[in-house]
Amino acid sequence: MKISRRGFLGAAGASTLGGAITLIGLPKTAKAASVPEIKTVETTESTTICPYCGVGCGLIVSTREGKVINIEGDPDHPINEGSLCSKGMALFQVAVNERRLQKVKYRAPGSSEWEEKSWDWTLSEIAKRVKKTRDATFLKKEDDKIVNRTNGIACMGGASLDNEECYLLSKFARSVGITYLEHQARI
Amino acid sequence: MINTDVAMVMGSNMVENHPIASKWLMRAKERGAVIINVDPRYTRTSSFADIYCKLRSGTDIAFVNGIINYALQNGLINKDYVLNYTNASFLISEKYSFHDGLFSGYDPGKRAYDKTNWAYDLDGTGNAKRDLTLQHPRCVYQLMKKHFERYDIDTVCKITGSPRAIYEKVCRTFTSTWAPNRVATWLYAMGTTQHTHGTQNIRTYAILQLLMGNVGLAGGGINAMRGESNVQGSTDMALLFHLLPGYLASPTKAEQSLEEYKTHFTPKTNDPKSANWWSNYPKYIVSLLKAWYGDKATSENDFCFNYIPKRSADYSHISLFETMYEGKLKGLFLFGQNPVVGGPNSNKERSALEKLDWMVAVDIFETDTSVFWKRPGVNPADIQTEVFLLPACSSVEKEGSVSNSGRWAQWRYKAVEPVGESASDLWIIDALHKSIKKEYATSGVFPEPIVNLNWNYGNGEEIYPHREPDVHMVAKEINGYFLEDKVVNDKQFKKGDQVPSFAFLHNDGSTCSGNWLYCNAYPGPEKENNNMARRIKEDAINGIGLYPQWAWAWPVNRRIIYNRASCDITGKPFDPKRWVVRWNETTGKWEGDVPDGPWPPADKYPFIMKPDGHAWLFAANLNDGPLPEHYEPLESPVDNFMSSQQNNPAIKLWHKVNPEGNAIGDVKKFPIIGTTYRVSEHWQAGAMSRNIPWLAELVPDVFVELGTDLAKQKNIENGNRVVIETARGSMEAYALVTRRFEPFQLNGSVVHEVGVIWHFGYNGLARGDSANLLTSHIGDANTMIPEYKAFLCDVYKKNGGVA
Repeated sequence: MKISRRGFLGAAGASTLGGAITLIGLPKTAKAASVPEIKTVETTESTTICPYCGVGCGLIVSTREGKVINIEGDPDHPINEGSLCSKGMALFQVAVNERRLQKVKYRAPGSSEWEEKSWDWTLSEIAKRVKKTRDATFLKKEDDKIVNRTNGIACMGGASLDNEECYLLSKFARSVGITYLEHQARI
Repeated sequence: MINTDVAMVMGSNMVENHPIASKWLMRAKERGAVIINVDPRYTRTSSFADIYCKLRSGTDIAFVNGIINYALQNGLINKDYVLNYTNASFLISEKYSFHDGLFSGYDPGKRAYDKTNWAYDLDGTGNAKRDLTLQHPRCVYQLMKKHFERYDIDTVCKITGSPRAIYEKVCRTFTSTWAPNRVATWLYAMGTTQHTHGTQNIRTYAILQLLMGNVGLAGGGINAMRGESNVQGSTDMALLFHLLPGYLASPTKAEQSLEEYKTHFTPKTNDPKSANWWSNYPKYIVSLLKAWYGDKATSENDFCFNYIPKRSADYSHISLFETMYEGKLKGLFLFGQNPVVGGPNSNKERSALEKLDWMVAVDIFETDTSVFWKRPGVNPADIQTEVFLLPACSSVEKEGSVSNSGRWAQWRYKAVEPVGESASDLWIIDALHKSIKKEYATSGVFPEPIVNLNWNYGNGEEIYPHREPDVHMVAKEINGYFLEDKVVNDKQFKKGDQVPSFAFLHNDGSTCSGNWLYCNAYPGPEKENNNMARRIKEDAINGIGLYPQWAWAWPVNRRIIYNRASCDITGKPFDPKRWVVRWNETTGKWEGDVPDGPWPPADKYPFIMKPDGHAWLFAANLNDGPLPEHYEPLESPVDNFMSSQQNNPAIKLWHKVNPEGNAIGDVKKFPIIGTTYRVSEHWQAGAMSRNIPWLAELVPDVFVELGTDLAKQKNIENGNRVVIETARGSMEAYALVTRRFEPFQLNGSVVHEVGVIWHFGYNGLARGDSANLLTSHIGDANTMIPEYKAFLCDVYKKNGGVA
């Protein structure tokens, strides 16, 4: 849902608007001289759901020229009605943060540091490791019963992934034969 | 939540950890609701509450069993509800008994029960015998009265350390909601689950809410306050060893064919009034197999059933790390999980990682786990594990859905491109599959499940950076579509049409659905058919805040499950002022929320997921007993006051099976109870929040809260640097001396409790010792969730208390 601020206001309907968003919607000419420039003017907006806890609060992400300018609570969202906790309010710093990983990092056996690697190299090396381990630890039968599982590989995590990602991970892990499949819901 | 009269928050500090949800609790309070909070510590939630009652960590069962007893002894139950909708009137086998903390059928060698001892007493038709007068000595109601009468108020308070007068007030206030026009809701989180008897803790809540007639009602139910944005969805999608998507069982060694699988897991009933919804099991598993193996799955080859790996043991978190520690696991994938901080017994789990040949960690920041090879105290040269750290993008750089605590699947949009060379998890999983498939193109052990996997999400066979799989194609596969032209209920469907809801799924291979529970989330071909993306903010006709056209909830957009139980057996709401569904005689249909099935009220029982159609007050399927019984946490400062069974008799004792690294503490050396919890400013294992400058500044380091009496005894002052030690490990923290923890008076002895926040680790912007250095490898008897919330420790000043 990519919508401009103007379009968003129109779609939202005047009756549901909170105070804050009405202020943001003021045309430039109507602003008093003392009111600072609002950073979300002339931005593109899209809605999102908070990636932290399970309450499911709505947020609006404002972007300009491909960069996140602002993230704030979605006043139309029936759960949070625009409000956010300290973590949700800091979502901007998840999107814009110099500590974010931007390249694949690889640590060789015994090494004390990371090396940057390409996706091509990484994917092909991981595939080789998976095949080697899978083929070495695959158990077709146990006590003469079919089990078809890979005893040597585990897969963990997923509670912060999207449903579609979790589904594909579930499908992918089973295709490899993984039964050590666990994530945050267990702990 | 806003519709409730009484809200019980127990095992959750929701004002701290789910602040926006607690806004609705406050609104309920403004409308006259009474908030009760039960917690070992006076928390932010306690300060919200009308009644705060303390209890010692690990004694929830005693506490709630006492309320159940209060309700049963004083007749404070919704009798219509209990009689018609629960198994209170069902007769139990003569083989059932309970003595000195043990139910019948216990095998001490196996530490397991033979549950057939707890089965229903069946009549000639195969249904349970019932006594609708509730007088038969073997009916569930009478067995419960007998079981719970041992939990009188004095006994309970001796165990829990709760003040008697306040406890009595909790009993009185909560049980006031037995009246049909009063309702209570129960809100819990990990304070409830993370115990060796976590499942039974929740059972006590469920039993009490059923006796009150509070399940299925607006403002009722028992609600898990979930801690991750999509832990509901990740569980629905079965990222757990024992499940397949949609809560189907993952196959075990005992199911050698699809037929055996169907027979084992499809429940049967001889009662025509039981909907027995799980009788649809065969349709859901075949539709799943068709989604996974496509054209390769045929009725001749059992729809490739044997491609799915079969389990023959417990592969849960603790077991996984114990196996890794033994050197039997060689490779590990991590998708946004940081177990060196979040897993129990960190020293052991960190050492276990050193045994791996390789690790692939996918995350948006460098996690503590991904740099375990250079953690404090180790020499990287000694660790031979190869580590691949893959950069994932954040939630605003991709598109897809997440499911919240209320089962609302909500769609998120991509606002910007991923930073640098980072990519969505969807792209990474897709690329991993394609790369591995290439490896298996010519050779390899049993390559079929990989090379025959149905995997086409619109971005071609080759892998290119930023060429994403089409997430809508994935969502449509999860929903499911017709694989051939078909007429269902006089409606014509064409091959490729989306399946409108799970009632249209088939067991003959003519439909696919990756997760039957999500069938109806995406019932048409276009993006505007994506129900999860809806944003129409109109309430339903009952005006209770369901917003049925905002996003989408499983199953089939039902917002309150078991909602037919909110009405009496004629379909009239118990409370017409805040009704959820009601039977309309004129139209012959239910109205309000999406009902649990279309049948008229008298035709089917409301608890449709149970084979007998009734909610189980007495549950013969649990590993540790059909009724909840108090046992002490594995590490406890006192003897079990209720029986000679000190701990849950059905838990696996890892310290006996694998003693190395699993030491258990003695009360003489570790006399203080320890527990762990969170703060609002950080999230889980901290991999995100401890890398956010604004949040790291708010809570920059780890602290331990301890009461003023204990601090005085230990000569500890606020702000001192202290050591917290258990039999597994020790950590340092700043002391926060507070009256929020008070000592417990337990049957004549005084016991102290302290608490540590657990978000911290050795990597990131804000660093500190991990609280899980203290916790142990011991889990619940049913779910194997670790017992993080109660352990034995000691606390002392470090080097005179200076940092």
